[in-house]
Amino acid sequence: MSAIEIAGLGKTFGSGKQSVHALDHLDLSVPESTVTALLGPNGAGKTTTVRILATLLQPDQGSARVLDHDVAQEPDTVRRLIGLSGQFSAIDENLTGRENLWMFGRLYGLASPEARQRSAELLDLFDLVEAADRPAKTYSGGMKRRLDLAGALVAHPRVLFLDEPTTGLDPKSRLELWGVIRDRVEQGVTLLLTTQYLEEADALADSIAVIDNGKVIASGTSDELKSDVGGERIEVVIHDTAQLGAAREAVARAAECDVEIDERLRRLTGTACDGSATLVQVIRELDAANIGIDDIGLHRPTLDDVFLTLTGHVAEPASAAADDSVTQEVAS
Amino acid sequence: MTTAESTGVGRAHPVTDSLVLVWRNLKRLPRQPDMVVYGTIQPIMFVVLFAYVFGGSISVGGTNDASTYREFLMGGIFAQTMAFSVASSSVGLADDMSKGLIERFRSLPIARGSVITGRVVGDLTFNAFVLLVMVGCGFAVGWRIRGSLWEAALAFLILLGFTFAMLWIGALIGLSVRSVEVASSAGLIWLFPLTFISSCFVDPAYMPGWMQPIAEWNPISAVALAVRDLFGNPVGDTGDGFPSDHPVLLSILYVVAITAVFSWLAVRKYQRTTAR
Repeated sequence: MSAIEIAGLGKTFGSGKQSVHALDHLDLSVPESTVTALLGPNGAGKTTTVRILATLLQPDQGSARVLDHDVAQEPDTVRRLIGLSGQFSAIDENLTGRENLWMFGRLYGLASPEARQRSAELLDLFDLVEAADRPAKTYSGGMKRRLDLAGALVAHPRVLFLDEPTTGLDPKSRLELWGVIRDRVEQGVTLLLTTQYLEEADALADSIAVIDNGKVIASGTSDELKSDVGGERIEVVIHDTAQLGAAREAVARAAECDVEIDERLRRLTGTACDGSATLVQVIRELDAANIGIDDIGLHRPTLDDVFLTLTGHVAEPASAAADDSVTQEVAS
Repeated sequence: MTTAESTGVGRAHPVTDSLVLVWRNLKRLPRQPDMVVYGTIQPIMFVVLFAYVFGGSISVGGTNDASTYREFLMGGIFAQTMAFSVASSSVGLADDMSKGLIERFRSLPIARGSVITGRVVGDLTFNAFVLLVMVGCGFAVGWRIRGSLWEAALAFLILLGFTFAMLWIGALIGLSVRSVEVASSAGLIWLFPLTFISSCFVDPAYMPGWMQPIAEWNPISAVALAVRDLFGNPVGDTGDGFPSDHPVLLSILYVVAITAVFSWLAVRKYQRTTAR
């Protein structure tokens, strides 16, 4: 059974000329105990998808099921099975860390002693013991995010939604949070996370769904997506522009492929079929032709390349708050 | 590993959920002493302003006696202060909205009305404290309870009931606006004309003829008159008609009607926002 099953999901905000198709027949299936990343730029529909799955928003078309419960038909059942941590640290800043967790525990239906015990466990797990009895408003951004995530885990959810969990965090806090998330996943939680950071998807997810304009435009493991774009590439920057022609012939002989030339950067790019063997061969050919090399290397396609190849535009990690700016409209 | 499989989460318990959220709303008070100070300073200011600045030139029931006016004034100040409690729930809920807490609460398996109920009951407790401060303030300017204990108890009950009703209006406002700033002005702006075109501070007998019925039927007037009546304080020239003959009954009807309509609207607003 899939933990999450989304079929033909559609959602439009507003009407007439101003309407925005946030989701356009989105399909997605997430097997139990796996991590799937929804990767896409701002406004791609990531947050809308999570909000529908977390029962906060009704879809216009299609269906979304969590552990075989329809989110629109059985929201109460779904709410008992999920944990949600959003783009903002949704914690009560006037309460201490411990009080926040106790409150979420109680609201998830735990008895008071149980909630207290669970809070202590989570504070320990998330390295918040020292700050546990300080009001959360004194916490750093990273601590607030950890507390927020701990709140989502109070009732041992089977499915966890993390909406841009590390947006706005400094690199150190981001790495710490990744560690915590990986730990949870090892416990068997099914995780759906959204991110606009390609490296984040790469670091955490078993499988990645690239979405753009409310549709899944590609999916697979990080390696599969990269190989879709093509194998390793060899890049050479030569010293003298005048030698570009000779260099092209040399590289073509070695790599047995078409060579692209960027004159301004004095750069030649080709496919490296045999990986490092090709690289060695290219160096030999260039050396034999007496062509000076400024830089040379093998280049595995990054998810940036994947995104560029798939969408024709570069993923822009703009301000996080702008993603699905419809959030506010919906809330009002 | 049982952690991931356990679903030790029971059904929603409206009372427990609401109480946990009341606890949350009260817990923050000692941590925001500035809020408590400003919450009580405004009504005290009104007492001082009207008792000593305007009081001398306002006549009540045909007399210009300053001490009569001060006793008359307190019933109005109580009603006004409790009406202004609207701002506490409107600002509180707008703040929770802007911080993403309402959204978070919505994703939890809790009873629908519990978030707003928790807010309203928490604010009611805070405003009961404000009322206590006002009573002390009243004693300081010469106001006294001259009726029976039972009547006084009923008067306090009406004031708290009125606060409860007004807090639901505040809840609807808080859930409808987009920012905390708007919530605080939208929560209060309409209350200024409402409290001044009432018997809170002046005797409606001195208002223009067309305005008198508005002032008499105004819920705030009804509450002010009811508590003046019950505390045995001067009531001014009330004239006759239903509002002046049955202020206690009218106040209770207003409290019930406002609570019924606005709690329904506020919970519906909360659900709508959920469902869209």
